[in-house]
Amino acid sequence: MKAIISFYQSSIGKKWIVALTGLVLVGFVTGHMIGNLQVFLGHEALNRYAAFLQGLGELLWVIRGVLAACIIVHIITTVLLWVQNNAAKPQKYAVNNPQAGSIGARTMIVSGLIIICFLVFHILHFTALSIHPEWKLWEDPDGRHDVYSLVIAGFRNPLESLFYLVGVFLLATHLSHGIQSFIQTLGLRSRKIAEPLTTASPYLAGLLFLGYASIPVGVLLAQHLNLPILQPLAH
Amino acid sequence: MSDTINLTLKVWRQPNASTPGKFVEYPAKNIPTDCSFLEMLDIVNETLVAQNIEPVAFDHDCREGICGMCSLVINGVAHGPEKATTTCQLHMRHFKDGDTVYVEPWRAVAFPLIKDLVVDRTAFERIQQAGGYISARNGSAPDSNSVPIPKQNADCAMDAAACIGCGACVAACPNSSAMLFVSAKVSHLALLPQGQPERTRRAVKMVKTMDAEGFGNCTNYYECEAVCPAEIKSSFISMLNREYVFAAAREAVSEI
Ligand code: SF4
Ligand code: FES
Repeated sequence: MKAIISFYQSSIGKKWIVALTGLVLVGFVTGHMIGNLQVFLGHEALNRYAAFLQGLGELLWVIRGVLAACIIVHIITTVLLWVQNNAAKPQKYAVNNPQAGSIGARTMIVSGLIIICFLVFHILHFTALSIHPEWKLWEDPDGRHDVYSLVIAGFRNPLESLFYLVGVFLLATHLSHGIQSFIQTLGLRSRKIAEPLTTASPYLAGLLFLGYASIPVGVLLAQHLNLPILQPLAH
Repeated sequence: MSDTINLTLKVWRQPNASTPGKFVEYPAKNIPTDCSFLEMLDIVNETLVAQNIEPVAFDHDCREGICGMCSLVINGVAHGPEKATTTCQLHMRHFKDGDTVYVEPWRAVAFPLIKDLVVDRTAFERIQQAGGYISARNGSAPDSNSVPIPKQNADCAMDAAACIGCGACVAACPNSSAMLFVSAKVSHLALLPQGQPERTRRAVKMVKTMDAEGFGNCTNYYECEAVCPAEIKSSFISMLNREYVFAAAREAVSEI
């Protein structure tokens, strides 16, 4: 126990905690995106996937618990680091002339805290369904909860779509620094891979953004151009 | 006959740590472009002395880029605009006639200001004293090749050993983190056979001292790497992240 406490008290220990929890969350964000992209395959695919997740029962709650714990530890630790870091450099330079740090790196705390607000809304919106309780009753012809149609209904609201786009954009800026950062912090960034890694990180984050953004954009396009995909079932 | 330029300097002046400081403007007239930034300050100081004004205090020693004593944040960049160059090796030909140049001290809680542009960097000494050495007696020089060291490790250790302890990494870091310095010092010995006996203790103690001295936490901005005059790479920080975790684990296990 003493060892764990002194590890957490050390600067490097805290970084490891941030990196490990971040890694779990990046894993989740990637898996979540791949799962969601099934919306393009129609109501069969997405509703079956949603029913499968619901069918996990207790396991689903274990996964949710782990993710929530990671988020909480990630936030508490980064805020602690942020407070300490501000205290370490109280007086800034008259001329601000950064030589390396990217925009993503410089805005981690801001993007992170906004992402949390987005996350709360997102869960109420699509998981707890507290914003549109009537969605709870929607079923597809196979008697499964019609997640497919409620996703489309949600994104047909331009404001909800816009908020979602802003949320995933900030997530991408956060990860443009975060992805290469956990490799550095976990001690895996050798001189050879340093350059390509730092370059690739924003692209990987960009890929996540495109994947996520394609859903609301697709829904709105399908609605206004009357495309044969991404049309909700009648309820 | 070299060219000369005229500059406007905005220099941070502060008589001591407890008196608030401010920027004071001084003209730097007829500065030969062949002189270094410190020689330029010498010229300005001579004119100040002639006017009975207290000269600007700044740190320097070897003036050949090896001792790590010179400092200065020049227009927002530690050691000025040239890559891999200490302030003493920065030549005035990199400035244009008529430029305004801001000169500030290293800013970090762990480097308290002494006067004007001079800060107290003894926190680095204390980190070194915590473990940046080997205590085995060397005796006379061993036969060459009697201690085999892989070429890769030798090269890498030499790269780390190039750190001159100037503190520009701390100055440039938005968090005032000393990780680049500490990672260079820890890696340098961790890569060599002579550094092995004290390897665990070294990493744990040096990091502990670094934290206690009030340096911030590294959040991977890589500003340090961009200004380091010895071109210490931020991959050494990654190495230290790994080194520290294994050392902390070894220490925890040995205490059970
Ligand atoms: S790592 Fe580079 S910038 Fe930092 S003290 Fe050593 S030489 Fe100076
Ligand atoms: S004065 Fe020695 S390195 Fe600049």
